[in-house]
Amino acid sequence: MSKDIKNTFETRGVTKVYGEGEAAVHALRGVDLDIPRGEIVVLLGPSGSGKSTLLNIIGGLDRATDGKAMFEDQDLTAMSDRDLTRYRRDHVGFVFQFYNLMPSLTARENVELVTEIADDPMDVDEALRLVGLGERMDHFPAQMSGGEQQRVAIARAIAKNPTVLFCDEPTGALDSKTGRAVLHVLNDVNAKLGATVMIVTHAAATAAMAHRVIHFADGAIRRVETNDTRLSPDEIQW
Amino acid sequence: MTALNHKLMRDLWRIKGQATAIALVVAVGVMLLVMMSGMLSSLIETRETYYERYRLADIFAPVTRAPLGMLDRIAEIPGVAAVEGRVQGGALVDIAGQALPVRATALSLPAHRAPKLNEIYLSDGRMLTPGRTEEVIVLQTFAEAHDLQLGDYLSATMHGSLRDFRIVGFAMAPEFLFTTAPGEFVPDDARFAVLWMNEEALAAAYDVEGAFNEALVSLERDARAEPVLAAIDRLLDRYGSLGAYSRDDHVSDRFISEEISGLQATSVAVPPIFMGVAAFLLYIVITRLVQSEREQIGLIKAFGYTDWEVAWHYFKMVLVIAVAGALLGCVLGIWAGRGMAGLYQAVYKFPFLVFRVDASSFVMGVGVSVMSASAGGLFVLRRVFRLTPAVAMRPPAPMDFSRSGALNDRLKNWLDQPSRMVLRRIFRNPGRIFGSVIGIAVGMGLSSAQLSVMSGFDETLDLTFGVIDRSDVSVSFFEPMPAETAFDLAHLPGVIEVEATRGVSAVLRNGLNSYRGGVTGLVGEARLNRAVNKDMTDIAMPETGIVLARALADILDIGPGETLMVEVLEGKRPVLEVPVASISETLLGSPAYMRMDTLNRDLGEWGRVSGAYLRVDSDRLPELYEALKETPSVAEVTRREDARAAMQKLMDTGAGAMRYVMAAIAGIITFGIVYNAARIAFGEQARDLASLRVIGFTRGETSFILLGELAIVVLLAIPLGVGIGYYLFFLIAAGFSTDLYQIPTTFQPDAYGTAALAVVLASILSGWLVKRDIDKVDLVATLKTRE
Ligand SMILES: Nc1ncnc2c1ncn2[C@@H]1O[C@H](COP(=O)(O)OP(=O)(O)OP(=O)(O)O)[C@@H](O)[C@H]1O
Ligand SMILES: [Mg+2]
Repeated sequence: MSKDIKNTFETRGVTKVYGEGEAAVHALRGVDLDIPRGEIVVLLGPSGSGKSTLLNIIGGLDRATDGKAMFEDQDLTAMSDRDLTRYRRDHVGFVFQFYNLMPSLTARENVELVTEIADDPMDVDEALRLVGLGERMDHFPAQMSGGEQQRVAIARAIAKNPTVLFCDEPTGALDSKTGRAVLHVLNDVNAKLGATVMIVTHAAATAAMAHRVIHFADGAIRRVETNDTRLSPDEIQW
Repeated sequence: MTALNHKLMRDLWRIKGQATAIALVVAVGVMLLVMMSGMLSSLIETRETYYERYRLADIFAPVTRAPLGMLDRIAEIPGVAAVEGRVQGGALVDIAGQALPVRATALSLPAHRAPKLNEIYLSDGRMLTPGRTEEVIVLQTFAEAHDLQLGDYLSATMHGSLRDFRIVGFAMAPEFLFTTAPGEFVPDDARFAVLWMNEEALAAAYDVEGAFNEALVSLERDARAEPVLAAIDRLLDRYGSLGAYSRDDHVSDRFISEEISGLQATSVAVPPIFMGVAAFLLYIVITRLVQSEREQIGLIKAFGYTDWEVAWHYFKMVLVIAVAGALLGCVLGIWAGRGMAGLYQAVYKFPFLVFRVDASSFVMGVGVSVMSASAGGLFVLRRVFRLTPAVAMRPPAPMDFSRSGALNDRLKNWLDQPSRMVLRRIFRNPGRIFGSVIGIAVGMGLSSAQLSVMSGFDETLDLTFGVIDRSDVSVSFFEPMPAETAFDLAHLPGVIEVEATRGVSAVLRNGLNSYRGGVTGLVGEARLNRAVNKDMTDIAMPETGIVLARALADILDIGPGETLMVEVLEGKRPVLEVPVASISETLLGSPAYMRMDTLNRDLGEWGRVSGAYLRVDSDRLPELYEALKETPSVAEVTRREDARAAMQKLMDTGAGAMRYVMAAIAGIITFGIVYNAARIAFGEQARDLASLRVIGFTRGETSFILLGELAIVVLLAIPLGVGIGYYLFFLIAAGFSTDLYQIPTTFQPDAYGTAALAVVLASILSGWLVKRDIDKVDLVATLKTRE
């Protein structure tokens, strides 16, 4: 990894089309984007505007129909499946829009699922304590509330000490108190580990804690703002 | 343990019912494999060792009386390794408390040395003392049946004179692995004896001093039997050769060989069926699992697990089920094999028969199950590979039911909604339904075919003892007698009807095909022992020509109108050319019948009889036996009831147990399939069913939607199972029928009934298990889960 590359991600003309012919859905219509290393980036936009799709592509889960997406000096769009798997394994942490926990694993085991294949993971208990779930480590997803499940998902994502952390609606299901706690964790991961954090959210107020805010609509970027002063999660109004 | 392995364990626990059902199917397959292949190698090896260690002859050459010098001549024949001469003859043993004397074969043992061939295995007591003509060694199983002790005395009639012997030993011999009284097909230890005696004693009894009446020959390695047989026949012709025959034609070896080849065929054919069903089940179960876990698969992949890691995770589940089933099967196989060895020892007289399974049988059992399970699993794993994380993370599109479209309009008119749901699911998933139907049908076919074979034995008994031979007692004379001898029997107490018969041993030949047997002469309009045709009506004995049993006609490849060569082995030993008049039905043995007068005329011995069939008043049997004992011309007396009882007993012990095993086989396959199909249908429809319950459908109605599909599967499978069963049964009957016994191919409704019942019971059990789950469904929880 060469130090002189300043951007974690650079995309040029990324498009994504689902389906063919009449039924084709243009989820992304040419996205050009630069995300500097170590920033918190918030993605805002109406439902169906293509936010998740973009995250999937730069997260190595899905392939762009056209265009180019670079992670540091690697071309994600040119990678084989095997390389994409390596990329996810080594660099990426995900928090999904739907919590997507393994129902047959306890909270701790859900986190272990990731730490077991990571190079330099953090302690599993530590990760769960960070999200305030130290007490509920041996509960199964079915025994937890939505917010608790979401926090397990976050613990799971940060436990591997990822280079980049993607969070699709991480606070959507949470009350303001736990929501803030989650944002605190994300802020810490960014501050302490230097991870680049991308957050998709409908809560516009969250944008106040970001370095950079991207407004999305209709599969394309409408506007990018940078915050000169960022608020701490505690100061965010819900 | 890794997190994924935790998931594996919990998933297995979650599908434990299904996993168990599949493992059971695997286990039964492996059990049969281990049991049969173990039994097979045990039988083959034991027989081999036994034959070798006790030097069983390769060729048996019975003669009337040949001088000892001929043995040296035989030894000079190229290919001959060793020659032994002995004296053998029929005897009747009197057992205290038994009305009828027991038939026996007496055999000589050389004094001062061990026999060069056909050594005996002494299980108790000692060998004969040279010069002691009153000593006898008795077949061990016979001694056991009558509780004879060493030192006991035994009186036997040989060649018309009664003599007393002292038992000094009990023995078995490889030439008596399988023993029945002459003309019978089921061993009855109590009613057939073998006596070994000093040569001089026996030679005196049978008038063959300084001579032998049976030559035993062993061949050099690689020597062919045919030229040696021909050479021996040429040498012994002058001395009344009855035709040398090789070990393959020896009754004892024939029976065990038939048994072995039958077992061989079964062990190749049956276990794969179970493996196929197990593979199918694993396929549908793991498919369903992967389908329901597609999001989780996508998730794991999103974390950076490779395709192989994910595939291996699911494959491990297949392996666990297959290996667990296989191990259980191995244990069951040993257990069943031991039981089977016990059964075999009741029929075949091995001094030792240890059920031993080679490591290779286990390896094969486990290997085969893992392989077939993998075959089922691999198809599914392809799906695991194909799922990309992004796709997997989206819920699957709702099932497309439009494929059942054409049917829809018609269905609407006469079916209610739940029934329509059932039918649409069936049309939506024809492959799975088809697989389930085939699987159940094959399982049912397999067991109904086996059950039919067993029911067939009852028919064999009925046909043999109720239709063909309706006599109560048969009598044979020492030698062909004038016809009056038979008619005189009518004056004995209790005799109602007498039917004379004349039998000769002969080699029947048609071109290259030949058969060592005999010809039975019957009176023109026989009533007690008859030849019958297909519809069980009498075949009147024709003026000219011979009536052959179907099995015999098949062996000789001959039909009515063609000419058969009959080489008679008695008297003047003429060679007759007889046209085949018709074919008769038999199920035991392969008799050839002629009209007695015609046979006698062809033999040039007018008015001779060799025995008679009697119908008697059963109340006066004891009196009759006493009288028969006093009749000097009577050599043997056989009661039909004894033969029938022996067969019945064999059925009741061995075959009786097999009946349950076979029904269990149909049950287990059905359970495996129906239970799994039900669980899968339940998993796929849990949400729909919960929705229906929310709308207001009752438990019964929702269960109907689920179980209706299975009811249809079972209903389709049963008639198909009957068809497959009948076809398999036909194959088995064709493959297992020999000249010794034939399996009747008539439709046996009870067999199919039993198998169908097992199928229905297994379905009800699985339906009930799943219904319990339906009733337990937590509406809220089900509706909350995404899927
Ligand atoms: N597999 C797919 N097949 C067809 N269309 C798809 C598929 N996945 C997404 N789409 C479509 O692509 C568009 C973008 O979807 P995406 O999930 O990225 O939206 P989003 O911005 O994340 O919305 P939300 O805020 O509701 O999560 C939508 O119109 C969606 O319907
Ligand atoms: Mg989204």
